[in-house]
Amino acid sequence: MKKLTLAALGVAGAMIASTAMADGHGNSTLAQVKEKGFIQCGVSQGLPGFSNADDSGNWTGLDVDLCRAVAAAVFGDSDAVKFTPLSAKQRFTALASGEIDILSRNTTWTMTRDTQLGLNFAGVNYYDGQGMMVPTALGVTSALELDGANICTNTGTTTELNITDFFRANGMSFNLVAFEKADEVVAAYDSGRCDVYTTDRSGLAAQRGKLTAPDSHMVLSEIISKEPLGPVVRQGDDQWFNIVRWSLNAMINAEELGITSANVNATEFNDVSPSVARLVGKEGNFGAELGLDNKWAYNIIRQVGNYAESYEANVTPLGLARGVNALWSDGGILYAAPIR
Amino acid sequence: MAKTPTAKTPEFVRTEEAPLLPPPATEAGITGWLWHNIFESMADFHSPLAAVRSLFMILFSLILVYVFGTQIYGLLDFAIFSAVFSDPDGVKRQACWTVQQGGSLPDGWHAACWPFVVAKQKFALFGPFPSEELWRVYLALFAGAAGLAWVMIERLPFRRQAGLLMLTVYPLATFILLTGGNIEVAMTQIAIWFVFGLALISIGRLGNAGRLGTVLNEFAGSFAGAGWLVVAFSTVAAIAAFDFNLEPVDTGDWGGLLITLVVAVTGIVASLPLGIILALGRRSDMPVISVLCTIFIEFWRGVPLITVLFMASVMLPLFLPAGVNFDNLLRALIGVMLFSAAYMAEVVRGGLQAIDKGQYEGADAVGLSYWQKMRLIILPQALTHVIPGIVNTFIGLFKDTTLVSIVGIFDLLGAGQSAIADAAWSTPVQAITMYLYVGIIFFVFCFGMSRYSIYMENKLSKSRRH
Repeated sequence: MKKLTLAALGVAGAMIASTAMADGHGNSTLAQVKEKGFIQCGVSQGLPGFSNADDSGNWTGLDVDLCRAVAAAVFGDSDAVKFTPLSAKQRFTALASGEIDILSRNTTWTMTRDTQLGLNFAGVNYYDGQGMMVPTALGVTSALELDGANICTNTGTTTELNITDFFRANGMSFNLVAFEKADEVVAAYDSGRCDVYTTDRSGLAAQRGKLTAPDSHMVLSEIISKEPLGPVVRQGDDQWFNIVRWSLNAMINAEELGITSANVNATEFNDVSPSVARLVGKEGNFGAELGLDNKWAYNIIRQVGNYAESYEANVTPLGLARGVNALWSDGGILYAAPIR
Repeated sequence: MAKTPTAKTPEFVRTEEAPLLPPPATEAGITGWLWHNIFESMADFHSPLAAVRSLFMILFSLILVYVFGTQIYGLLDFAIFSAVFSDPDGVKRQACWTVQQGGSLPDGWHAACWPFVVAKQKFALFGPFPSEELWRVYLALFAGAAGLAWVMIERLPFRRQAGLLMLTVYPLATFILLTGGNIEVAMTQIAIWFVFGLALISIGRLGNAGRLGTVLNEFAGSFAGAGWLVVAFSTVAAIAAFDFNLEPVDTGDWGGLLITLVVAVTGIVASLPLGIILALGRRSDMPVISVLCTIFIEFWRGVPLITVLFMASVMLPLFLPAGVNFDNLLRALIGVMLFSAAYMAEVVRGGLQAIDKGQYEGADAVGLSYWQKMRLIILPQALTHVIPGIVNTFIGLFKDTTLVSIVGIFDLLGAGQSAIADAAWSTPVQAITMYLYVGIIFFVFCFGMSRYSIYMENKLSKSRRH
C-alpha cells in the first residue's frame, strides 16, 4: 500500500508537470499572463518597505506596488498577481526560466546584469546608495574620520566591496567584521563589537528599530555607492518590457501631474489638462499601443496610487525622506518620460 | 515459627516475627534517592583521600547547580517572568520598547516580545495560505493527528485498517484539501488508462488460466500486477481531477509549519519503503539490481541536501524547455524523498546484516519464496534492530526540512525569518523571540518522535533485552 501511495504521488507529479507544459505554449509574456489570469512576481524574502509580508501574509512594499500596478494595467485588477519570494541567488534564474514574469526585488541595475544575463531593467523605482551608521557617542561627523574603525557588514555582498574601495581610495585602514545575516550584523553593532554599521541606506533605516537605543545612532551623510533599484524582465519581449516600464512611468507621471487615487475618479467628469487626459486615457490611444486597455494608467492610479502615495505608505514609515527619490521638479532625480 | 521438637532446646527461641520496620531514610523515598544519587558521594570523610574526593564532589555539584540554575532561570526569565505578553492598545513594536527607545519598559529590559509572535502566528504556521480557506488545513491536520493517534494507541480496535486508510485515503484527501484538487487532466484520458489497466488484468487472468501459451503464462503475474497499478493510478487521478468545488490554493501560498509537516511527512512516509527496497536491492544476488541500487545510494549520500535542493530549484528550470516549470514544492519534495531514502537504505541494510545467517538459511530450508522470507522472517527482525537508526533518520529529516527555505519555500523557520524582517515589529528582541518560538515547536515534534521510538523499542525487543 505504501508503494501505491508513492505511485499516486508520482502520477500527481507527472500530471502537474504535463499541465505546466501545456501552459507553456503561448509566445509573448503578455499572452501567457493573460491566459493564466495573473502575473507572477518575484519579490524578496522580506525587506521592510520594499517587499514584506504583513501579519496576515499579504505582501506590501514599494516593489510589491509596482507588480500590483502592472496587474492593474493588464487586468484592471491590482490583485491579479501572485508573489514568489526569492533569495538573492535564485532571482535571475527564476526570471530567466519563466517561473516569474517580473522580478521586482530591490535589484541593483548594473552593466553586467544588464548585458550578460539576458535580462533588461525596465527602469528605476528607487535610488539607493550605501551608507554608514555610527553611534553619536563616537563623535564622528564624516566618514573620512573613520580611520582604523571596526566595520560590521554582511558577507558576500557588494557592500563589502564598496566599503573596501572607499577606505582604500581614501588611504584609511579599517577592520572588517562580516556576518551572514542582517540580524547578526545588527546584534554585533548594537553590542559595541564595531564602530560602524554599513549597508544600503534603506536597510540602515529598516534595521534601526532593532537597536537598543535607536536615537543614539546617526547615519553619516556620505553615500559611497550608487544602487539604482528597479524591476527586471526577460530580454527579447519588448511588449512586456514596455508594459512594465510604462506602468512605472505612469506612477511617476501621475505624481508629477498631481493625480492621486483619491482624485483620479474626478478626471472622468471634469475638464483636465491635455497631459492628464492622455494619462487617464481620455485622449490618444496609448493603452492600445501597449496591447492594453486605454484605461491602463487610470486603473494603476485608482487601485495602487501614484509614486508618492506608494512611497509614503511603504518607505516613509521607515523614516526615509524622499531625498534623491523626489521628483526632478522637487530637487530629486526621479524623472519619467512623458506620455504623449 | 513453630517450636521444633528436638532433644536439645535452645536457650532462646523467638516465637513471633520481628516487627516490620520502615526502611532507613537513606534507602527509600525521595530522601533515599537523593542520598544515593547525590549526597552519598560527598559525605565520605573517613580518610584524607575520601575527604578530598568528597570536597571536590561538593564543589563540582555546586558549580553545576549554579550553572544550570542561572541558565534555566535566565531562559524562564526571558520567556516568562519578564516577557511582554499582550499588546492591548495595538501599538505593535512600541509594546516592547524600553524608555530609551520611546516605550514604557525599563532600560536594559531584554525578554521575549510575545505579542509579535501572536501577530505572526498565522503566518508562521500556515504562511500566506488564504485565511478563509484555513479550515481545510485544520481539517487535514486534525484528521492526520487523529488517524496517527488511532494507529499508535494499542488499545484501540481496527488499527490495521486505520493504518491502511492513513496511507491511502488520507494522503489523497489531504492533497485535495490543501490544493483544492481539480487538477487539469482530461477525464477521457483517465478513462483510457483505466480501460488499459483492466485489459492488462484480463491478460494476466487469461495467462494464468493457461490460454495464452507458456511464455505469457510465466509473465501473467507481472501483467496482473501492472494492471492493478494502472487501475489504481487512474482511480487516484480521477479523484484528484474531480471538481470538489474547492477554491484552488497554489503551493506557493503554503508556508510555515504546514510546509515543514508536508515535507517531513512525505519524506518520512516515502523514505521507509523506498529505503527497504533499496537495501534489499543492494544486497540482492542479481548484479544489475545490486549495482543500480548501490550507485543510487552512494550518489544521493555523496551530495549534500542543500545541493540537491539547489539543483532542483535553480538549475532544473534551465534544463527544461522554456515555459515548462513544475511546482517548486514538488521539486523539493522529490529531492528530500530520494535523499532520505538513500540514508534509510543504509540504516536498513545495517539491520539486514545483523540478522544471523541461520535465519536466512532456515527460511530457505522451509521453502519460503524470497519475498515470503523477507516479509515473514528477516525484515521484522531487522527493522526491530534498527528502530533507533530509523527514528534518528526521521528526526534528522524533520530538521533538514528547514533547508527548503533557501530555495524560496517558506517553511517554519523561513516564515519566522521573514516575519522578523517586518519593520512594524522591529525591536532588539524581535529575532530572538521568533527563534525561541520556532525552536520550541521543533523540539516538541522531535522529542515526541524520540519518545515514541523508545517506547517502540521497549515493546518490540522484550525477547532480547538483557
